[in-house]
Amino acid sequence: MIPYLVRRTAILIGSLFLAAVALFVLLRLLPGDPANALLPVGATPEQIEAARRELGTDASLPSQFLSWLGGIARFDLGKSLISTLPVGPEITARLPVTVPLTLAAFVLAVLIAVPVGVLAATRAEKWYGPVINAIAQLGIAVPAFWLGLLLITVFALNLRVLPAGGFPPDGWADPGTAVQSLILPVVTIALVMSASLIRYVRAATLDVLSADYLRTARALGATAREAMWRHGLRNAAVPVIAVLAMELATTFLGAVVVESVFALPGLGGLLVRGISQHDYPVIQGVMLVSTATVLAVGFLGDVTQRLADPRLRIRSAS
Amino acid sequence: MSRRRSVHLAIGLVLVLLVAGAVLVSYVWLPFAPDDTSGGRLVPPGGDHLLGTDKLGRDLFTQLLIGGRIALGTALGAVTVGGVLGVSAGLLAGFATRWLDDAAAVTLDILIAFPTLLLAMLIVAGTGASLGTAILAIGLAMAAIVARLTRVLVKQVLARDYITAARIAGISWPRIVLDHVLPNIGPVVLVNLALQAGLAVLAEASLSYLGLGTPPPNASWGRMLFEAQATVLTAPTAAIVPGAALVVLVIGINLTADGLRDLTDPTRRRSR
Repeated sequence: MIPYLVRRTAILIGSLFLAAVALFVLLRLLPGDPANALLPVGATPEQIEAARRELGTDASLPSQFLSWLGGIARFDLGKSLISTLPVGPEITARLPVTVPLTLAAFVLAVLIAVPVGVLAATRAEKWYGPVINAIAQLGIAVPAFWLGLLLITVFALNLRVLPAGGFPPDGWADPGTAVQSLILPVVTIALVMSASLIRYVRAATLDVLSADYLRTARALGATAREAMWRHGLRNAAVPVIAVLAMELATTFLGAVVVESVFALPGLGGLLVRGISQHDYPVIQGVMLVSTATVLAVGFLGDVTQRLADPRLRIRSAS
Repeated sequence: MSRRRSVHLAIGLVLVLLVAGAVLVSYVWLPFAPDDTSGGRLVPPGGDHLLGTDKLGRDLFTQLLIGGRIALGTALGAVTVGGVLGVSAGLLAGFATRWLDDAAAVTLDILIAFPTLLLAMLIVAGTGASLGTAILAIGLAMAAIVARLTRVLVKQVLARDYITAARIAGISWPRIVLDHVLPNIGPVVLVNLALQAGLAVLAEASLSYLGLGTPPPNASWGRMLFEAQATVLTAPTAAIVPGAALVVLVIGINLTADGLRDLTDPTRRRSR
């Protein structure tokens, strides 16, 4: 396990570095001069030159890259072109919205998807088996922002039980209001996410149900329930964990769109604002944080999968 | 069980053809001109305006048909870009060996760590919002996913005995790719592309909803939903119909892909 952890950590660090390179190269390859964001239409060449110097985009590409990388190492992501505020604190100020939103939605989605998916597989012959499949099929086709819009219409505008959007400006000072304003966004993301998750859980459970070891356990006298609990669940969990890690990353990104629907001051709102204002340091910063999160979650997923499945450990040792 | 699968395929094709038919009709006939605002603002459904009008007075049914062009165009355009680039890159990576192979695998993994929507946003950030940019961006993000799949499939095929046999028989690599590799990986890649088409439609709608896709006055379904959000209490139709249209098209594409997979994969046909 230790050699695996070392190797996997090395891959994680390498991927993070390459992701930083990819992000840098992609943004520099794109047409459009960031200096334009600072300047009025019809600026003189001298003004453009001055703006480039101010942004540091007049330096050679390798030296720009090194200074960016050096900044990252000191947790300095540069300054916004528009507000001139440092990007790092601006990102951390938004985490108290995005992180609880993502985690709560993820937990709720798992709580919905695991029992429902297992039920859809073990009770496939009952009337609700096909119904679950149909609903899941419908769910993966529903755009999250539309579901959010419908939920706002029903619960905020018609029933008036929850706020239609926004987040208290003083954050979590009043936890009650903060939680209330996150309920609809959390439900929106969780419902959309659980649709695809149900299909994975169902497929994984079906695979396990037809496995030889389950038949052996039954032949040795275990009831269907005992066999499933003792041998089935742990085996079904392995592919599901891999998918869960990917799904957590997807939830985090789904939050980008859903935050806009509910006018939440999270990372998504920051990114969308950065893009529409061509504010490159903000875009770079948010993208870097998101990508790093996605990679880190993938790392945790791989490690957990290995802990859950001893066979993976043996195979790698040989 | 295969009977139920062909039902999936049938329902999927009907839904996709429904949207495609409406789009074709929109090129020869539209109920109103797209910029005709003579009907008055926020007219409720019924009467002259089948689905009512939006807050600028444009006919919603007309907008819906035009939005269909954008949705289908996105699906076809993104799949073309993603398919051509992804399969070519995947083929090359599949033939790579040793460190070149590792490098290809790691690069693809990292590209995939940038999810479709973020990659598309990044490209939109540099080039400005337009439908072409959105399609290209979604296609490029798709290419990374397709390339990774193709690479794995190519590796599997190349390990087969019939490839060794073909090599011993002195057949050239280009011939082997055309005669053995492509036909063997084709069905799986096509099914994956079909699934990606559904995701592409959703991605374009999300981008347009955020104001980063199709710019006004063009009626993308995502953009229509954004505009309808402010008037959802007085004109609920405008907030429901474009979303329902998106769901119909995406379910249609997904069911078609599911049906195709079970038609082309004999092992699945037997077991489930």
